[in-house]
Parts: sequence; structure tokens; C-alpha cells
Amino acid sequence: MQENKSFGAKALEFIRNNIVPILFIIICAFCIPLSGFTPSYLLNEIVTRMGRNIFLILCLLIPIMAGMGLNFAMTLGAMAGEIALIFVSDWQIWGIPGVVLAMILQIPFSILLGLLCGSILNRAKGREMITSYIISFFMNGLYQLVVLFMMGSIIPIKHFSVKLPRGYGIRNTVSLLNMRQCLDNLLAVNIKGVKIPVLTFLIIGVLCLFIIWFRKTKLGQDMRAVGQDMEVARAAGINVEHTRLISIVISTVMAGFGMIIYLQNMGNIATYSSHSQIGMFCIAALLVGGASVDKASIGNVFLGVILFHTMFIVAPRAGAAITGDSMIGEYFRVFCSYGVITIALVMYETKKRRSQNRTAQELARAAAEETAKEAAK
Amino acid sequence: MLEKKDNNFNSPSKLNDELKSTITPAAAPSKLQMREMGPLRAMAASFGLPRLIIASFLLLMFIVAPFVGNDFWTQISNVINRFSWNAILVLAMVPMIHSGCGLNFGLPLGIISGLLGATLSIELGFTGPGSFLAAIAIATPIAIVLGGGYGWLLNRIKGGEMMIATYVGFSSVSFMCMMWLLLPYHSPTMVWGFAGKGLRTTISLEGFYSEVLANFLAIRVGENFKIPTGTLLFIALMAFLMWAFLHTKTGTAMTAVGSNPTFAKAAGVNVDRMRLLSVVISTWLGALGILVYEQGFGFIQLYNAPFYMALPTVSAILIGGASVNKASIANVVIGTFLFQGMVTMTPTVMNSVIHMDMSEVIRVIVSQGMILYALTRKTEGGGR
Repeated sequence: MQENKSFGAKALEFIRNNIVPILFIIICAFCIPLSGFTPSYLLNEIVTRMGRNIFLILCLLIPIMAGMGLNFAMTLGAMAGEIALIFVSDWQIWGIPGVVLAMILQIPFSILLGLLCGSILNRAKGREMITSYIISFFMNGLYQLVVLFMMGSIIPIKHFSVKLPRGYGIRNTVSLLNMRQCLDNLLAVNIKGVKIPVLTFLIIGVLCLFIIWFRKTKLGQDMRAVGQDMEVARAAGINVEHTRLISIVISTVMAGFGMIIYLQNMGNIATYSSHSQIGMFCIAALLVGGASVDKASIGNVFLGVILFHTMFIVAPRAGAAITGDSMIGEYFRVFCSYGVITIALVMYETKKRRSQNRTAQELARAAAEETAKEAAK
Repeated sequence: MLEKKDNNFNSPSKLNDELKSTITPAAAPSKLQMREMGPLRAMAASFGLPRLIIASFLLLMFIVAPFVGNDFWTQISNVINRFSWNAILVLAMVPMIHSGCGLNFGLPLGIISGLLGATLSIELGFTGPGSFLAAIAIATPIAIVLGGGYGWLLNRIKGGEMMIATYVGFSSVSFMCMMWLLLPYHSPTMVWGFAGKGLRTTISLEGFYSEVLANFLAIRVGENFKIPTGTLLFIALMAFLMWAFLHTKTGTAMTAVGSNPTFAKAAGVNVDRMRLLSVVISTWLGALGILVYEQGFGFIQLYNAPFYMALPTVSAILIGGASVNKASIANVVIGTFLFQGMVTMTPTVMNSVIHMDMSEVIRVIVSQGMILYALTRKTEGGGR
């Protein structure tokens, strides 16, 4: 049936399936000349942002594989990473040792948070996304409780550069100046003014290989089975709840690593706001790359980061060039992020519904044939 | 099988009865279960444990407040005022929950319509109480159009409403952020003074409809105690209309759609139309709600203000004892009172007791925790 389709129909279907990336390519192509940035500056920015964000976005892939949709609760991992970095900077351990220590330190936090999140999501099957979205808000409250009130009063925090002058709580920004870009600068290669953080990309490469390998393991196969159909997977003897729990824990731990990479690049922690937007931007970037709620690949991540962040860099300047008001561009890029997520969610739901209808029709036809056979007998 | 069903529904009156019988009363445990539990636990179960905890917390606040130097009557007055600002917004949740569209995280869409109504009414030169009526009149068609589109969208994505609603809300708010700057508003009370264009982030309603409802028949005792009778009456009127609507034939059909869509469809109810209607009503109430909120508060807040208005509203109705697919007027009233009471009382009392403002953190944890609790409970009835 597929082969009979004309070229036009095929092209139409291709466009329909990839509407979001195509839309973004058009936006970028329109905005880049307007923004007036030099190509080398733009390239440099994009490479920096790739190093900064890809690890965080990759952590979304595993829950998608397990059929749990977009993990808005990846912020939990980000919080764990931030808490670890706060401790490390309180102990004044800087540079690569500091980053490594923070990465080790965040693992128990994020495992704990991941277990909590996973078990809540297991109780809300069928609406994982909205639940994970609310979990991220809920945990943000608990995070504030811990960081703003318990750190310094119950949890020992000593250093004055981290602690608020009142004696407890963490400052609004914690400077990571002494470990700023230490991962990125190690082994960095400079090609015509474009700095390429080789080590960061190597770490990302390792993670990509891990994900590819993980898909082939028994656990990875189980996750895909659970993602396809929970009931069938259960009938096949897979412990569905357990598998889903593990997928969230892995995602949260990876988000913790990702956040540390992100923050060492930024050079400071905005203690109470760094994590709050991370989930939204990562998800938007992934969706811009052409991923959907039930299907995402590593290629989507890379394409998404490039397109989304190009838009992010050029939009304010382009907006200012068109309307004379830079705020328009700022609002425009926020609108784009939300709009993309909305479109992707709507497309996923309509597709799901269409395929459900088709299955129902096929079942009805099969049942009708069955009865016809019975009658013939 | 089909024939049998058809026989059941041959008379319209019977149909209505049947529809009513599918609607189970609010998510309370059955009488039998209650008897087994003993009186105290039965009471807790019927009232809902989270609601009980929050109610006792609020009660404790009221008791503690005078001892730590807060004036009791000021507190009461504050709580009642805050209640009057927010009740209609919470009421806007009811129709969509009834028709099975879940919690209306897309409330910002309604708020946007209200804001458009408010700003256009001032732009067109209305002042005083007239501007409030004009704002409602302008907001209504906008809400109907936007709500219609939103409802059409939600009908195409049954099952994923809540997530998409959230993002429809967010996208519309961020879209309007651009529009507030670009739309050709000129009224000097609203635009930035130096640029002469682009709306301000907050617009004072002094001279327009600030407290028009609140001052109607207002009861004042001393300086600190004021009851906004007009607003409360208005809320009562809207709540009554909602109650009456839910008991009309259309309202009953709507509830049936929410309780059991398959059954409702078999009974000849147009499921999609009912859902669309509920979304339109919800959006319109959202628009009305924000106007009532503004008249109490005295300011119009634009730009990013509507972003997180849906979450407190959702948690308010959930604290009132509603669930993802069951809600009543009583839930709205109790929920708004408890939530706003908590929000108003905690900062003052906390500050006086321990000199530490933890209220924001507590508010976030309680309200989000409440939504989580509702989402993780199994939905009653055959919703989905």
C-alpha cells in the first residue's frame, strides 16, 4: 500500500510527521539574518549550548522508552545536582575534583528522589505527564524548605560565601567561579574562534553509547515492552511497576549528572530558580528535534538542541530588529517553547486516538467475520 | 445487546432518570463501609483526611493569632475578602470536572479573555461601575470564541486533557505577553508613560471598577473589619445559577458524560457537544472570575501574572473535597475558604511566632501536594 503512494502524498506525510522541526528551521532561517550575528559567534554559542544541555536532554529518553511520556520530573535530578554542588562549594573543593565529588554525591539524592517520583507515577498510570509536572512543583517546595530553612540550621553549612548572613539558608546565587567550565576547558580545542569542549562531548558520547547499549539489554527490552503495552508485558512475566520505577530512577540520576555539567558551564547556581525552567526547556528542545511523546531518538536530541538554541539566541535580537522592542523577542522565544510542547502533545494525542479507533474497527470487523462464520456453520 | 439498551430508553423521562442513576454521589464511602469504620473514622473518611488536616491547621491559626499579637477581626476580614476575590475562579473548575474534562489547568485562557475585556473597557472610555459591566460584556464574546476553540481542541484529544490544557494556558499567556506590547492601546492610564504604547504590568483600577461589588451594601465595623457583601452576593448568585444549571436536563446530561461517556452516548447524549459547552462555560467563568478578582484587588495584572493562577485554583477546589471527576458547589465554597484562609493566615501568624516567613514554602507544598493526592487516587466511575 505504501509503495502505491505518489511522491506528493509521501512528501505531505513527511511534512506532517516532521512539522515541528520544519517550522523551526523556517523560524531560524528567517531570524538569523535579522539578528545580524556573525557566523563564528553563532557557532560558538551553539557549540557551548550543546555541551551544556545535551546531557540533560538525553535523560528524557529512557522514560519515553518505558512509555511514561515526557518526564517533567527531571527537575528532581536537577535539584539533587544542585544540592550536591552546594555541599561541594561549602567544603571549598574546586576544579575537577569538585565536579567529580559533586557527581558522586548527587547519586544517593537523586536515587531517593527518583524512587519517590517513580512510585508516585506508578499510582497515576495513564496521566504520568501531568503528575510528573505537579511533582516537580511539589518537590520544588520541599527543596526550598530544605535549602532555605534547614541548611545551616539543621544540616551543617559553614562557609560564608554560601550561607545567608542571617545564619541559615543558602544565598540566592552560589558562585562556582573556581570550577567554572573546568570540564569544558580540559582538552578544549579551538578551531577558528570556535571553542569545542572535547571532554564534555566525550562524556556525552559515552552516555549515548550507554543508551544504545541499554536498549539491547534485557532491562531495556522489558522497558520497551512495558512502553508498548503494560498488560501484555505483565502477561509476559515482566514486573511492570518495577521496570517503570527503574526507568525513572535512571532518568533522575542522569539528570543530576546533566545539571552538574550544566552548572559548571554556567559558573553559578541560581539556588532557587536554576532548576525551575530546566525541565520545560529540555522538553521543548527534544520536541523541536522531532521527537514525540512515545518516540524519541538520540538524533532528535542533537537536532533539537541545535534548532531550539539557535532560535533562543537569535530571537531577542531579531525581535528587536523587527519591532524595535527587545522584550518582544524574549516573549517570542518563551511562546515558542510553550507552543512547541502544546503542538507536540496535541499531535501525539490525536495520533493515539486515531490508532485506537483503527484497532477498534479492526477488532469489530474480526468479530463480525467470526459471527458470520458461526452463522455459516 | 443493542436492542435491549434501546428498549430501556424509549421514554424521555425514563432516560433522564437513568442518567441520574448513573451519577454516583460525591466520592464518599458507602454507608456500609462507614458502619464498619466506627463513628470517628467514618467522619474523617466522609470529610476527607487532607481536608480535615488543613481545616484543623486553619482553626489552629485562628486560635493562635490573637495570642501572638495579630488582631483577630482583621484576620477574619482578610480571609473573607480573599475568599470573595477568588471564589468565582474556583467555581470555573466545576463544569469541566462535571463533563469529565478533568481539572481545568487551562484557566489562564479564561483569564486572558477577562483581561482583554478589562483593558478594552478602559480603552473605550468607560468609567466607574459602568466599566465593570462593559468589561463583562466585552469579555463574554471573547471567552465564548476562545473557549469554543479550546473545547474543540480538547474534544480531539480525549484522555490527555489536563496536560494539554496546562500548555494551552501557558502558550496563550506567553502569546498575550507579546500582544500586550503590540496591540494599539492608547489610554494614558494604561500605557507606559514615556513610550506612549505598550501596556503597563499593573494597571490601577482607581476611578474604574475598583471595589464596585465589594462596596455594595458593605458592612464596616471599625477600621479593620469589612465584609464585601456585594461580592459575596454576586458569588452566591453565580453559585446558585451553576447549581440550577447542573440540575437542568442539559446539566444532568453533562454530568452523565463525565461519569460514564459510553453510557451517555448510548442514551443519545451528544458527548462532544456537552464537553464543548462545559469548556465554554468554564472559560467564561474564568473571565468573570478574574474581573471579580480585579475589582477586589484594585489592579489589573498583565504579562506573566496569569501564568500560575490555575494551580492555586485547582488545589483550592481539591482541598474542598472535589476529585478529578467529581465536584460540587460546596467543594468550591469550602475549598476556597480553606485555601485562602491558609494563604492569608500563615504568613502573619508564622512571622509573629517564629520570625521566619515559611508561608510561601508551606503554601507551595500544601497546594501541590493536594493536586498530587488527587491525581494519584483512582478515579471513581468509568471515566477512563
